[in-house]
Amino acid sequence: MERMIEVEGLARHFGPLVAVDDVSFSVSRGEVLGFLGPNGAGKSTTMKMITGFLAPTRGRVAVAGNDIARKALAAKAAIGYLPEGAPAYGDMTPASFLAFAARARGLGRAAARAGIERAVEQVELQAVLEQPIETLSKGYKRRVGLAQAILHDPPVLILDEPTDGLDPNQKHQVRNLILGMARDKAIIISTHILEEVGAVCSRALIIAQGRIVADGTPRELEAMSRYHNAVQIRVAAEGAEAALAGLPGVERVVALGEGAYQVFPTAGASITEAVAGHARAQGWEVEQLVVEAGRLDEVFRRMTTGEQDVPESLPAPGEEAA
Amino acid sequence: MSRMLTVFRRELASYFNTPLAYVFIIIFLFLTGIFTFYLGNFFGRGQADLKPFFSFHPWLYLFLVPAIAMRLWAEERKSGSIELLLTLPISLADAVLGKFLAAWAFTAIALACTFPMWLTVAYLGDPDHGVIVAGYLGSLLMAGGYLAIGSAVSSLSKNQVIAFVITVVVCFLFTVSGAPIVLDAFTAWAPQRVVDIVASLSFLTHFEAITNGVLDLRDIFYFVSMIGFWLFANLVLVDARKAA
Ligand SMILES: Nc1ncnc2c1ncn2[C@@H]1O[C@H](COP(=O)(O)OP(=O)(O)OP(=O)(O)O)[C@@H](O)[C@H]1O
Ligand SMILES: [Mg+2]
Repeated sequence: MERMIEVEGLARHFGPLVAVDDVSFSVSRGEVLGFLGPNGAGKSTTMKMITGFLAPTRGRVAVAGNDIARKALAAKAAIGYLPEGAPAYGDMTPASFLAFAARARGLGRAAARAGIERAVEQVELQAVLEQPIETLSKGYKRRVGLAQAILHDPPVLILDEPTDGLDPNQKHQVRNLILGMARDKAIIISTHILEEVGAVCSRALIIAQGRIVADGTPRELEAMSRYHNAVQIRVAAEGAEAALAGLPGVERVVALGEGAYQVFPTAGASITEAVAGHARAQGWEVEQLVVEAGRLDEVFRRMTTGEQDVPESLPAPGEEAA
Repeated sequence: MSRMLTVFRRELASYFNTPLAYVFIIIFLFLTGIFTFYLGNFFGRGQADLKPFFSFHPWLYLFLVPAIAMRLWAEERKSGSIELLLTLPISLADAVLGKFLAAWAFTAIALACTFPMWLTVAYLGDPDHGVIVAGYLGSLLMAGGYLAIGSAVSSLSKNQVIAFVITVVVCFLFTVSGAPIVLDAFTAWAPQRVVDIVASLSFLTHFEAITNGVLDLRDIFYFVSMIGFWLFANLVLVDARKAA
């Protein structure tokens, strides 16, 4: 696999503040890497260094084999970048803005026209092409930024919160767009929407206070959850809680009310068989039995705050989204 | 080069996207008219030249040019579009130069709109056209000097008003550095050589030399190196301050 983005020991200080602290990773063609992390974690700062906007305090970045400090123009030519907040020239129309971006990227007349046409279609900008950007709604501004990032069909895409401010249809569309482009590009996106990680990312980094605290595929990250392989069961049976707690591999049982229980395994254990077998043997009337893959939001919270959050009594299923 | 032209074209077009260009040109023409005809006693002098017209340019530019220059980098930093501009495959030098040249071209357009003045003197009398051409050239060079200062200063702040005020002050100092108001501050303690150097930095002295019709290469070189120096400062400042 071709390593398109290589980051080594990257650090950036702002005065006494260490915004990014010794971050290393690489992204290959075909990968979509997700940056997760609380506000101020250093996601955008890292992206600004990869795209050559900010000089790192320490460390090295290479894009498509070009060192961003020494071969800046070649590296930048390989990148499509959507900066945080999708800044643009407000007094321009999307049409003239995209034409400017295409020229600045050195596209010829025909290539520019084709690239702009394709990008406009992909983010559905047709309706507002001649309206000054400053008068566009937030979501349309974001789409203009996205179109600008993809119009030259770059091998590397860096998108800072690409779906922020988009309506649900557009979110869906942009995720599909990213998935569609993923095959032959190396892509980094940052997001605060955890379900997006499972939907588009092949790998994710959780960043907190400038450091990488977790790195893995969405499945691997979910598996780090206390809920990984936990079983939720709803039965109408006397003494079920005590019986479940006594099963091999069970660490703890939490009553959810109305005959529902959350059964947590000890680390690494799989208790599905044990729980299902016991229920069958006892002749319990099982109304529901669900095995969880894990909860990314719980992993995220634990990794970024150090909080252990499996409470004594859990909210009823379906309410925990809050 | 072509990347620099891309920046240049976008910038120049952006002046005309907003009312700024039209307001500026109208005010410029209005003020040059007032200054020349009333304060400069254009008709009463009984001479067919544009001396009174050009003699007010330094003072007009002192306020009008910073108004053009203040937005060059301050706006870009305020809106965040600088992040877009500087992550395009365009060198910083191309960006600085493209923006500066666009602003300069715009002042050239405004200056060109004063051509009726020239027509008027040509109609009324028999002016020395060489002197007038020199005057226009000097005026344009001086505007470039002011603009380069303004462009560098505007990269220091996200606030256009602050950029404007600081630019006016710096430009004022360079305008009058040959006058007693500045020189007196130096004569008290500095050796004569330093005083001479300060005096030689005056926009006014060099501009007047050119508008007198004496095209001395040293005066042209003065403005060109002034522009070069401030654009270099601009480059360094943008690089240092872009993230802040
Ligand atoms: N120009 C700057 N000067 C000083 N501090 C800065 C600057 N830019 C960023 N920081 C600080 O660096 C830290 C990381 O900021 P960054 O924008 O990278 O966070 P983020 O992970 O993108 O957060 P968010 O999710 O809110 O977008 C923050 O504490 C921020 O205040
Ligand atoms: Mg951010």
